[in-house]
Amino acid sequence: MDLKDLYQEIILDHGKNPRNLGKFDNYNKDAKGNNPLCGDNVHVYLRLNENKKVEDIAFEGHGCAISMASASIMTDMVRGKEEKEVKEIVTDFLGMIKEKDSLETNILKDDEKTKLMSLSGVKQYPMRVKCATLSWHTLTSALDNSDQIVKTEE
Amino acid sequence: MNIHDIKKEFPIFDDKIQNNDLVYLDSANSSQKPRIVVDRIYDFYTKEFSNVGRSVHYLAVAATNLYEQTRVSVQKYINAKDKDEIVFTKGATEAINLVANTFGQKYLSEGDEVLLTELEHHSNYVPWHFLRKAKNIKIEFAEINDDGEVTLEAIEKKITNKTKIISVSHLSNVTGAILPIKEIVQLAHSKNIPVLIDGCQGAPHLKLDMQEIDCDFYAISGHKMYGPTGIGVLYAKKKWLEDLPPYQGGGGMINEVKKEGITYGELPNKYEAGTMATAQVIAFNESIKFMEKIGIQNIEKHEKELLDYGLEKLRKNNSVNIIGNPKEKGGVISFTIEGVHPHDIATILDEDGVAIRAGHHCCQILHDKLNLPATARASFGVYNTKDDIDKLDEAINKCKKIFNL
Repeated sequence: MDLKDLYQEIILDHGKNPRNLGKFDNYNKDAKGNNPLCGDNVHVYLRLNENKKVEDIAFEGHGCAISMASASIMTDMVRGKEEKEVKEIVTDFLGMIKEKDSLETNILKDDEKTKLMSLSGVKQYPMRVKCATLSWHTLTSALDNSDQIVKTEE
Repeated sequence: MNIHDIKKEFPIFDDKIQNNDLVYLDSANSSQKPRIVVDRIYDFYTKEFSNVGRSVHYLAVAATNLYEQTRVSVQKYINAKDKDEIVFTKGATEAINLVANTFGQKYLSEGDEVLLTELEHHSNYVPWHFLRKAKNIKIEFAEINDDGEVTLEAIEKKITNKTKIISVSHLSNVTGAILPIKEIVQLAHSKNIPVLIDGCQGAPHLKLDMQEIDCDFYAISGHKMYGPTGIGVLYAKKKWLEDLPPYQGGGGMINEVKKEGITYGELPNKYEAGTMATAQVIAFNESIKFMEKIGIQNIEKHEKELLDYGLEKLRKNNSVNIIGNPKEKGGVISFTIEGVHPHDIATILDEDGVAIRAGHHCCQILHDKLNLPATARASFGVYNTKDDIDKLDEAINKCKKIFNL
């Protein structure tokens, strides 16, 4: 295990200055996610246009460097993509975090894949995997539940 | 027993953990176990095992005697009036659930109030919340002050003529504040309100005298007292245990079972349904003996020295912010580092073998009040040394370096 694998410059940068942090007015899909054990939470907002393309995306929330960086990089990456492309990226990312050595999707460019792979350091830290995946699961919830906020607790 | 040799009694410190000497600063979560406790479990299972309280063969009688010896040890340790006031549970959580459930059944109805504090652990809130749902009772929270304490005045402010029970921590697992429980009990009793003390953090660190404190209920967690997991104690005044209904039904807690009806057993069997955590109860006796041998005053003194040293050291460390400043404080230091999330702190410290906890420590109400989603927490046990605190401080500096602070 090496802390440098986990806390790469890009993670520290996105963790400290998350991109797309906040909320915008005309979103039409959103979902909340939280990690009850550690108290991290995230709220993903996005706008899908009539062609099912992600016109805009942002998130609110708080958490560790890993979870903030992951949400920041994720929102950067899926903006402008079609819904089914987004789902393919999410599946590919979660598969990589869980077991695969690399990303397989052809939707992302090589430099985008490199960026996402910076999160692969969490694989050595099983307790931290959920920090990296929280925003991605929440994005899926947002896409699947168009009409209302997903509540993870009563 | 020399306080400086105590670490040697704990086998966990014999070997490296992930190539590091273990700096264990998570005792408020659960303490490590001395060899005598671990050995006692092994010996019981290998040489003496039998179920208790049922059969008349040799092993059963011997096991029953051992089991009951722990009850007497606990009684003496906390200076309860009667051994029947000691009920074994699976932990402090079950002890509090037992009281909330049985007291709630008998004495709480719509509109009644239960008074807690803002610094309670979830295990002293959720069981009462069940009653809020089932019986429409109200839950009030005595407020913490800026130092992270709950004062007697804060309690008094929230008492109304609807308050039916007060349930408060002895020692906060986040700010370390020691509550004025004796005064709280006196005040409550002057208004005929019973008091439950959540003693999870009190029992491992402070001298306990049930007759002096005079509380109605006191919940104890075995695994925080150098004992096994799966064992806790509910101390309750005999009048309550006689008066309240049983909690769980099953074998061992009955007197006579007929198709037409059932009568329940005598104390303490009434509250110990089914086969209990026998080996753990028997081994818990060794934990009590271990603490008695050192002497609780010596434990308190040692941990106070560590606390003072730790506070002084961390206050000097720039960007470390210590949570709460109670006048009476136990061996707990919760902190944040500006610019580093507590989970990142915990992961980076762990790399050097420094085990702390990060998160809300099962106290979300308190963290909401403090407006912090999470904190990092170092908590002490009898085996900790000043060297451990130096290592904590060094690891915090490493953390700051990684985050360019």
